[in-house]
Amino acid sequence: MAPRSQYGVPPTSVVAEAVPVPAPRSPREREWVTLLRRLVRRRTALFGAAVVVAVMLAAALAPLVSPFDPLEQDIGQRLKEPGWQDAQGRVHALGTDHLGRDILSRIVFGSRIALVVGLAAVVISGVLGMVIGLVAGYFGGRVDDILMRLADIQLAFPFILLAIAVIGVLGPSLRNIIIVIGVSSWVVYARVVRGEVLSIREREYVQAAIALGSQHGRVLWQHVLPNTFTPWLVVATLDMARVIVIESALSFLGLGVQPPTPTWGGMLADGRVYLSTAWWLATFPGLAILITVLGINLLGDGLRDTLDPRLKV
Amino acid sequence: MKSYLLRRLWQSLLVIFGVSVVVFLILHLTGDPAALMLPPDATAEDIAKFRHDMGFDDPVAVQYVRFLKGAVRGDFGQSIRHGEPAMGLVVERLPATFELAGAGLVIALALAIPAGIVSAVRRNTSIDYISTVVALLGQAMPTFWLGIMLILVFSVRLNWLPSSGRGDVEHLILPAITLGLFTTARITRLTRSGMLEVLGQDYIRTARAKGMGEPPVVWKHALKNAAIPIVTIVGIELGTLLGGSVITETIFAWPGVGRLSVQAIFNRDYPVVQSAVFLLASTFVIVNFLVDVVYTYLDPRIRFR
Repeated sequence: MAPRSQYGVPPTSVVAEAVPVPAPRSPREREWVTLLRRLVRRRTALFGAAVVVAVMLAAALAPLVSPFDPLEQDIGQRLKEPGWQDAQGRVHALGTDHLGRDILSRIVFGSRIALVVGLAAVVISGVLGMVIGLVAGYFGGRVDDILMRLADIQLAFPFILLAIAVIGVLGPSLRNIIIVIGVSSWVVYARVVRGEVLSIREREYVQAAIALGSQHGRVLWQHVLPNTFTPWLVVATLDMARVIVIESALSFLGLGVQPPTPTWGGMLADGRVYLSTAWWLATFPGLAILITVLGINLLGDGLRDTLDPRLKV
Repeated sequence: MKSYLLRRLWQSLLVIFGVSVVVFLILHLTGDPAALMLPPDATAEDIAKFRHDMGFDDPVAVQYVRFLKGAVRGDFGQSIRHGEPAMGLVVERLPATFELAGAGLVIALALAIPAGIVSAVRRNTSIDYISTVVALLGQAMPTFWLGIMLILVFSVRLNWLPSSGRGDVEHLILPAITLGLFTTARITRLTRSGMLEVLGQDYIRTARAKGMGEPPVVWKHALKNAAIPIVTIVGIELGTLLGGSVITETIFAWPGVGRLSVQAIFNRDYPVVQSAVFLLASTFVIVNFLVDVVYTYLDPRIRFR
């Protein structure tokens, strides 16, 4: 006769309740926690991450954190120095520009364009480069030759000159800038991924999968791609810094997102005109670029040193 | 070695051919080069006539063959604004750009190699930290901002150096520093890591063990072996310098190819844009081929690759 508890519940469930077994953490998850801890321990990387998070928050919460409307003009308050207090006692911490607009607010809003262009272009070029690198490295031979010559052709162009020529033809708009930078920045991803694939392809688990008759697509997707992700991530982080500089250079030349939308490069171009009378116009947007790019670079260096120290990027 | 160099020469020619295709296609991106090259107020009649005169009616393949025939002879058509051969205008500006890029490279090498070596030899001392921080800042600083800040300090405030134009050495200083800083930062970091790697090798320990003094160990044994990646990156950095000249020349009103091409883009003077892009890209390819030639002498093992 089966034993019954006094509550009439089958004993199996009593056992199940008495000994709660925690779900074992997957080794992959633990690996990530360790890596994250190692990353945090590098103080420069942590500083970089903090800067990146701060810039992202500023961009996301721009209407909340900026003290003024970035487009609001006030000719009576033009070219006022940093720390200027207007009649209502409101402080322009970084001064005002030639149209009396608050520089701090414009810098905060300018981060939106920088980050949107940076993220979108990195995604486009990253995916493009990943696909090209996987195909070139995995299939090798003639395909590899052709793709790597294409990479040489792409690299032969002085990047900024090609970008302004193409944007000059297509017309400056947010979409065109993202497309032009995205489509022409794939080489560094393709080369790094290809290099990884060349060694992964020879590993036993890949050879075994091929021997068992897996389709090429499946081998690439299941076995090769996941192992190229780490170096890809490092390249993507460092490349985002480069894209932000390119975007602000385009805006500086007047081929970026058009005014009145505030961009860091556009603000710098405005400030250049007033260099002898109002130094703050050109100084602060440049500092914003410098700090953002430095933060991303430090985070990228930290990621590389933690995840893949032998990677040369 | 000969067959390796012949193969590289063939590859370089292929790349220049590819460059010509891209340069041709830039103008055809919107599908209507005639409308692109004429001012916005041109009538439909004007555009139709211009299209016919320039041969834009023909199939794209026919147009490309015509373009290539011209390109081989250095003929990229007439500048729309100046009415002169476009390539001639660009070639005229080339010495100014080479002067600036060369000066930028000299500054970069003169600062970066000693800084990188000292950083590596005096690892984790304050001098290493300072050089590392300066290199990090140098890599994060946008060229155009650095140029403007240098003008602000040295031209506007101190009135020591001219802020625009080309002439004597004084004119060259600020633009060359502006252009060279990013390259300086990159070569400093590369030299430091290359030296650190080499200084850990067995043959360095052997050299020290046999009683050799520290200076010859560093300068003779270590630097020679750390030099190879530096030579490679000089070729690649030339691309950065030529590209950077677009921005630097615009800021300092330096009369080179970069400034000419920015003006040409705003004037819709596309034959000049195409000539400039083609010439700078080809220069990059040729210099990198020459770097490979030098490389085979520095490291004879290369031919086995």
